[in-house]
Amino acid sequence: MNDLLDPLLLARWQFGITTVYHFLFVPITIGLATATAVFQTAWYRTGKTEYLRITRFLGNIFLINFAMGVVTGIVQEFQFGMNWSEYSRFVGDVFGAPLALEGLLAFFFEATFIGLWIFGWDKLPRGLHLATIWATAAGTVISAYFILAANAFMQNPVGYEMNAEKGRAELVDIWAVLSNRVVLAAFPHTIAASFMVAAGLIISAAAWHLSRNQHLDTMRPLLKFGLWTMVGAGILTTFFGDQLSLAMVATQPMKMAAAEATYDTVCGADASFSLFTLGTPDGSSELFSIRVPYLLSLLSTHSFDGCVEGINDLQAQYTELYGPGDYSPIIWVTYWAFRWMIGLGLLHVIIAVVGLWVTRKGRLPKQRWIWKVAIWSFPLSIAAMSVGWIFTEMGRQPWIVFSLLPTASAVSPNVTGLEVLISLVVFTLAYGALAVVEVRLILRAIHKGPPDVGEPHPETGKLEPASTVY
Amino acid sequence: MDLATLWFWIVAFLFVGYFVLDGFDFGIGMSLPFLAKDDTDRRVLINTIGPVWDLNETWVIVAGASLFAAFPEWYATLFSGFYLALLLILVALIARGVSFEYRHQRPESKWKAWFDGMIIVGSAVPALLWGVAFANIVQGVPLDEGHNYIGTLFDLLNPYALLGGLTTLLLFFTHGVIFAALKTDGEIRERARHLAARVGVLTIVVAAAFLVWTGFAHGTFWFWVLAAVAALALIGAWLANGRAAERTAFTLMAITIAAAVFGLFAALFPDVMSASNDPANSLTIANASSTPYTLTVMSWTALIFLPLILAYQGWTYWVFRKRITRQTIEAVAH
Ligand code: HDD
Ligand code: HEM
Ligand code: HEM
Repeated sequence: MNDLLDPLLLARWQFGITTVYHFLFVPITIGLATATAVFQTAWYRTGKTEYLRITRFLGNIFLINFAMGVVTGIVQEFQFGMNWSEYSRFVGDVFGAPLALEGLLAFFFEATFIGLWIFGWDKLPRGLHLATIWATAAGTVISAYFILAANAFMQNPVGYEMNAEKGRAELVDIWAVLSNRVVLAAFPHTIAASFMVAAGLIISAAAWHLSRNQHLDTMRPLLKFGLWTMVGAGILTTFFGDQLSLAMVATQPMKMAAAEATYDTVCGADASFSLFTLGTPDGSSELFSIRVPYLLSLLSTHSFDGCVEGINDLQAQYTELYGPGDYSPIIWVTYWAFRWMIGLGLLHVIIAVVGLWVTRKGRLPKQRWIWKVAIWSFPLSIAAMSVGWIFTEMGRQPWIVFSLLPTASAVSPNVTGLEVLISLVVFTLAYGALAVVEVRLILRAIHKGPPDVGEPHPETGKLEPASTVY
Repeated sequence: MDLATLWFWIVAFLFVGYFVLDGFDFGIGMSLPFLAKDDTDRRVLINTIGPVWDLNETWVIVAGASLFAAFPEWYATLFSGFYLALLLILVALIARGVSFEYRHQRPESKWKAWFDGMIIVGSAVPALLWGVAFANIVQGVPLDEGHNYIGTLFDLLNPYALLGGLTTLLLFFTHGVIFAALKTDGEIRERARHLAARVGVLTIVVAAAFLVWTGFAHGTFWFWVLAAVAALALIGAWLANGRAAERTAFTLMAITIAAAVFGLFAALFPDVMSASNDPANSLTIANASSTPYTLTVMSWTALIFLPLILAYQGWTYWVFRKRITRQTIEAVAH
């Protein structure tokens, strides 16, 4: 087989590209849906015009983004069958159920209430209209739970039995799948990280206006909200990230070994965590590093004298268990992805803490560079999110379902390399073009600022928001 | 009836929901060049489906996921086999979906023209290809012992399947135009009724040809019953449209599509995907389905949630029951 047209390699690239892409929009949707709901609630309670304007402002960005999440999501749903038909046959009995639950419980819910929210401003009573945005927000979070439960099965298969005759995994306990210890940590970690991403967007948008000294009445509270959300969500992300590390070490020790590029088992003070390493690009030998003793032991086992198994020992164990083969992922990817996730995310939190300090008691700093940093910090969290996923998914290699199904056996046998190449090119081009349009539209919506919502009714004192149309 | 058979019909129901609901969205999209004279007209048409197209489209997501969960073998064979056709459908759905949301974001007419084009093509392509896909499923395709599709894209484009595609294209077009008549007012409503009357004749002829061909090649008793219902409802819809009974016409179109799709599933039963080369390789309800445990879990979920889903979706349609007019749009124009 011609290397360039290797269906496996192409299918992996395609899945990686389309999924990372889908997941650029999803966290923004999750975070912004809730943020919009919070401000609409504030307006509902206080009746203040500013809050309604913020709601409309965030809501518009949210909708531009939501459309992308939806259309790229359909591709996700279909491509398991298209590119990974053997995988689908193997796990369908287990994996399909959470996906179907997601559709029945979350997607319908979300898609219905978003329509009611967009077009219902003048058709629903105010309380009911407020409920529709909360329902949408709830839908996004519920859908995240089910998809992460499905993903957790791939990281740590539970609740199944193997059927040798049919050559597939079969569900025996749905509760075990839904309460997989990996999803219990990955879900709050991902949701908190999504709030960081949305907070990052909000901080940048508010800073853009404040640095120009405009829309102070709306952008001040918005900036404050963004900064506090970033700090709060950052703490939660770190806390659950730590829980997730424990789960990962227990279920996929190879991933932690690869994340640290530890070839030999290390214990206690030797189990140090390198903050920064200069080494050969493949991570196999190190030239210079800054190391924190005990940290790896703490991270992996929550004790000072814990041991972390090394790649070589694990490789030997796995060869014995599963036969000859290479059981380690690409080390430099996992090594750097893990560091970039933590580093970029924490940098964003630090920026937010500084931001809270320099804007304390309503001050607006004069230094241009402070605002520049705030405006340009947006990509940090979203990059942390993407590399976090790249770490999770590539760290699982060579398995598609850990310990049960190698990625190489999962690809559709009857789909040719050319076909995958065609779809890879088509999706990449289409997604690239859409990205340009989406980014421009979002920037335009941000630059336009919060819309005018009119004056309160002279007699009732109520604001009557106009209806929306496409 | 065992659970796998129950799920065969639930999957059928989900596809029926999808085609009945997103069917008129496709029709509205395709009707833009025929019914709209200016931008306001186009906005009127798009806004008739504005609040609901996303939830209508979600039916296919749920149908796909249910196929995956209840019939993993079917899902795997179908989606890997019809690879390029599905790719086209996906790209079309992407184009259509973003266009609804993005076309009104900027006022320039060039910008809008772009997205109008994407709405029209993004509606016509799936309307055609879903018919091609379903006709092929009913007709059978070459499968190997591993249930993998071994034909090419061009094998899928046979005359019978193309007729099936033309049928869904015309059915959805008529369905959408009648929906436009039901949801708008003034001149555009008149235009819609006239267009439906004309295109309805063609739809009746093509749909009849397709149903008769299907019946003689693959018909079962229940297929013929459902095909007869579909045919009568279609003629009824055409007559009702002629008398300006829009609500009746629309209801009958919905019945036409539902009966036709259920009919195709009846023609397929108890296979889910027949192998045209060797019947021994066919995928059947029995050999493609999940375990009884999974199906039980899914059945409980569907039992509890489907009524709820139908209720809140019905409520949405009720909230947005008012006709959309040029005045509605002009009042909020931006
Ligand atoms: C803003 C984003 C962000 C930030 C700041 C962090 N993470 Fe994270 N992390 C993610 C975003 C993320 C994610 C959403 O991308 C992942 C991918 C899979 C998942 O469940 O969450 C993830 C995965 C992930 C995994 C892999 C789990 C697995 O493969 O099973 C571990 C061990 C951690 N994280 C640990 C941490 C720790 C200890 C952090 C901080 C000190 C941290 N993460 C910060
Ligand atoms: C939660 C649901 C998810 C599921 C069910 C899932 C499933 C899969 C599957 C089936 C593959 C292909 C086989 C393989 O290479 O192992 C894959 C690979 C991949 N996924 Fe995920 N994924 C999920 C989420 C994500 C997210 C959110 C991202 C990134 C933002 C991501 C990034 C990747 C990447 C980069 C690959 C390629 C890895 C490689 O082949 O080396 N995944 N995933
Ligand atoms: C690779 C596996 C994935 C599949 C099969 C998938 C499937 C889908 C589908 C079909 C949609 C469209 C729903 C609609 O029409 O409303 C969608 C959107 C969404 N997905 Fe994904 N997705 C995947 C990865 C993820 C992950 C990992 C998450 C969350 C952690 C997620 C969360 C969401 C959310 C919240 C939405 C709705 C919001 C939006 O459209 O932006 N998805 N996804």
